[in-house]
Amino acid sequence: MQVVFLTFSLTRAPKPQPQTWTGQHEKFIPAGILPCLGLSCQDKDCTPYPRYNTTVPLRDNYPPRQHSSLNPTSSVLRTLDRRHRTRREGRNCIRYRCGLTNTIQDVLNQRPGWVEVKEDGDWDFNWCDVGWLRENFDHSYMEEHVRICHFRNHYELTRKNLMVKNLKRYRKTLEREAGRMEAAKCDFFPCTFVLPSEYHIFVEEFKRSPGSTWIMKPVARSQGKGIFLFRKLKDIIDWKKDGSRSEEQKDEAQVESYVAQRYIENPYLIAGRKFDLRVYVLVTSYIPLKAWLYRDGFARFSNTRFSLSSIDDQYVHLTNVAVQKTAPDYDPEKGCKWQMQQLRCYLTAKHGFETVQTLSKEIDNIFIRSLLSVQKTIINDKHCFELYGYDILLDQDLKPWLIEVNASPSLTASSQEDYDLKYRLLEDTLHIVDMEGRLTGKEKRVGGFDLMWNDGPVYTDVGLEALGSSCLVANTHLGCVNDRQKQLQQLLKPFPGQKKT
Amino acid sequence: MLDESAELSVSITQIVQRLKGTHLHSQLEKQAKECLHKPEIKLETLKDDVRRLLKASGWERKLQNAVYRELHILPPPGHPRAPPEHTKEPLAYMCKAQVNWEKRILKSLNSMCTELGIPLARKRPVPEQKELTNKWNEMGTDEPDLSKFRPVYAPKDFLEVLVGLRNPNNERSEDLTVRSHWGLIQVSLNVRNIPQMREMYPELGLTFGQLGIDDHTHVPPDLFESEHIHIGKKVVSEQDSAAAQQYSRQGCPTGLRAQLWSLILNTTNDPEDITHYEQLKARVIHHALLVDNLIYKDVKLTASNDDYYFVFEDYLYQVLLCFSRDTSVLEHFNYNSATPPKSCIQSKSGSEQSAVVYPPNGVIPFHGFSMYVAPLCFLYNEPSKLYSVFREMYIRYFFRLHSISSLPSGIVSLCLQFERLLQSHLPQLFYHLREIGAQPLRIAFKWIVRAFSGYLSTDQLLLLWDRILGYDSLEIVAVLAAAVFAFRAENLMEVTSLASAEAVLADLSTLKMKESHIGLELPEGALYSKDPYFVQAAFSPMNFSIMHDPRS
Repeated sequence: MQVVFLTFSLTRAPKPQPQTWTGQHEKFIPAGILPCLGLSCQDKDCTPYPRYNTTVPLRDNYPPRQHSSLNPTSSVLRTLDRRHRTRREGRNCIRYRCGLTNTIQDVLNQRPGWVEVKEDGDWDFNWCDVGWLRENFDHSYMEEHVRICHFRNHYELTRKNLMVKNLKRYRKTLEREAGRMEAAKCDFFPCTFVLPSEYHIFVEEFKRSPGSTWIMKPVARSQGKGIFLFRKLKDIIDWKKDGSRSEEQKDEAQVESYVAQRYIENPYLIAGRKFDLRVYVLVTSYIPLKAWLYRDGFARFSNTRFSLSSIDDQYVHLTNVAVQKTAPDYDPEKGCKWQMQQLRCYLTAKHGFETVQTLSKEIDNIFIRSLLSVQKTIINDKHCFELYGYDILLDQDLKPWLIEVNASPSLTASSQEDYDLKYRLLEDTLHIVDMEGRLTGKEKRVGGFDLMWNDGPVYTDVGLEALGSSCLVANTHLGCVNDRQKQLQQLLKPFPGQKKT
Repeated sequence: MLDESAELSVSITQIVQRLKGTHLHSQLEKQAKECLHKPEIKLETLKDDVRRLLKASGWERKLQNAVYRELHILPPPGHPRAPPEHTKEPLAYMCKAQVNWEKRILKSLNSMCTELGIPLARKRPVPEQKELTNKWNEMGTDEPDLSKFRPVYAPKDFLEVLVGLRNPNNERSEDLTVRSHWGLIQVSLNVRNIPQMREMYPELGLTFGQLGIDDHTHVPPDLFESEHIHIGKKVVSEQDSAAAQQYSRQGCPTGLRAQLWSLILNTTNDPEDITHYEQLKARVIHHALLVDNLIYKDVKLTASNDDYYFVFEDYLYQVLLCFSRDTSVLEHFNYNSATPPKSCIQSKSGSEQSAVVYPPNGVIPFHGFSMYVAPLCFLYNEPSKLYSVFREMYIRYFFRLHSISSLPSGIVSLCLQFERLLQSHLPQLFYHLREIGAQPLRIAFKWIVRAFSGYLSTDQLLLLWDRILGYDSLEIVAVLAAAVFAFRAENLMEVTSLASAEAVLADLSTLKMKESHIGLELPEGALYSKDPYFVQAAFSPMNFSIMHDPRS
């Protein structure tokens, strides 16, 4: 294969490089590979690459062949120069790779002009899991237009211990530079310590507040795995030595660190039930920070009634759907989610419009501060974007608390409604990532996403509602109506080669 | 016929009679007496001075609101020589149908009793009482075996009864109009046509601003909205039932709805109300009733399975169990065509004296009953408050949805109204559905019986109920049902069976009356032009005409 390929390259080698070639890492690369390698591609303009056929007559109007290596069998990534191709053919075929088998696969699959590539094929867009990222990212060469769904060190925000470390550091910096008032705006996460490293400070704090409840979470696991509550130090000492834990857990415990977090004992309850919020934030750049907030999201209810006396019943306390699903009386038909709109409507009915407005402002503050806390730590890369799933808990005074941030929020749908939400969310994510070049880059809203931060706060355009009041209104609409279809119709140019319907 | 002044004086006497001896009455007396000690009261102008003081202290408003409430539930004065049953239902064949229906329900209840060997009522042993007291706030965690119980009836059964209604005077006449054969309802009642409705619902005209409804007014919607909220706050601070009701016609803002509704319904949350609720709770704890199982079953079947209402399961048990013990509900049978079922106390069975109303409130729950309560949980946190709002809603409106009567807001009229609207404005659609065996009422009946609870999304449902309260009429429910057909008309014209028509109309949760959040763009009314079956002019004064259906 290698030989064949070299032969092929040689035939094309004399062709001059296109002027649009602006990548940074590339060596000399012979042109000649057609953009779309996917054999399953249905696009008639997308001619399959004649890999083994060196006798194919070469046409002058072929787009330049580009790849990053002379060896096509290596896992090195080769991609096309989209702009060039678009200019030449006015239409595009985007090759994607998808490492997950759930809603995202459907979204990618059904997107006009997008084609899935096989295992080692070249891709323009990669929705990978974090494991793939860890193994491949550093060996990958990516061209300018290529996009991937994680930042290299996404865990700075999404691992519980690192998030707290970053937030604490950010708070300290703020206190030093902007004063105590400003720093106080970061007090949205419960008192947290990393174990075992901060065990001694933790014990000090623990003893200072006798009778309080703490929650222990493994830093790197998600979906509520390995979590338990405790009130006595003895409990965690027992847990440390607990021989009854499975071998697998024991092994992990060797390397696995935990965080001990002050448990929020007065959560806001709806009809006696605890819930948390799942909110989606999309970051397309860290420097400058550009973040979008999705209007939809949901509240996850605990299936059982909340009371602190039932501390052993972890189902009461954890609102993770993944945990709830294993509860003995869990009824999947019932579901235990409310759409964000529903919750907002409920809270407005109970507390009035202004209170809810203040609450959403405080929630915005959580997103922005937490992102700013890692802004300098995350390796900014224009190829990367990340969809975060924020878990927020409200207490009785309607103060929002940051529980954790997920880099790979569960995209598996638990019901039709949930599926629809996630489908919309992912579609809009792809709209913003904009592989098709349908946006101007100046949008403040794309579908259900509202631009929340663009190197500074973003405000709504002055509309009628702002007349008479000089204050600026934040551009976020969490839990508000998501009339994305209409907005998208007005906003987006049709897909390349598609007529507007 | 009575002339107007005589009618008025009859009403006044009735109201005075009813208000005498109420808690409000004694409070007013007490206040008046206290006034006497004030220096500004002069003997010469005693009457006026006391009045002025009562007005200043807000007691006059409370009296006004109480009178206003009585006016709502007061049956229209009949002919002096008409027997009292006539206020319940003047048409004999309707009465008879209702009586027969009640017999059927009772029979079904009795046979369930015998079959399962469960008494209608029993005193709970002390340990059970204790357990229930502890569990009061989490009754939903109980998973009793209810497989043996079945709902006494479902809306479908009730529809069959309505379909079977015939006016004996018409039976032999040959000149039945063509139209009356079209629909399922075969009795002729006077229902409003569109021009009459325009008169009845002027505020729903397109030129009026509407909260929660896309409108074509000259005032931009968000300006209207902020102005409307401003007025709403004023209405709440004035504590005036009548003003609140008028206000509600254009929709209540989410943040003010709870206050406005309880103002319209004149429900308070005084210590007396709380005590009343606690008493009912004590009755639930002391005695178990067979209907409790029906309530449990219904909540489990409906609200607990609902995407929104599952959270409120516990509240629903609390409210519905208390409701079944509330004998003050019996009062509404004065103007309800239904009669509370009686049962005999076992020890003295047979003798007339020992007959008691069963269940104590006289209302046997049916499949879907709990959905009358569920949307209210969205508004009220305290069970006692939630309870009194629900009770008032029931005795004013909801009972009409499952009693056979000829009243304009009664279920028969609503069904007929629904059919007439479709027949006169979407005749092709009606004909098509009828031909394929999908009579529209077969699909719409369940919506109407529940006043759309559980079918529309909550925010939209509350906007609808705003109008029910605002106009003191359920007519709007029938109109909305017709509108739903109008909106899906295009798809419905293509279906060829009842099942597929049902599928087209299965999910109403995407229907929007309008998206009403401050600061967001409002949808355009572009949808009319797309819909060939939709006669905008015909429906234009009604609020549904400007409903927004993203699917169309």
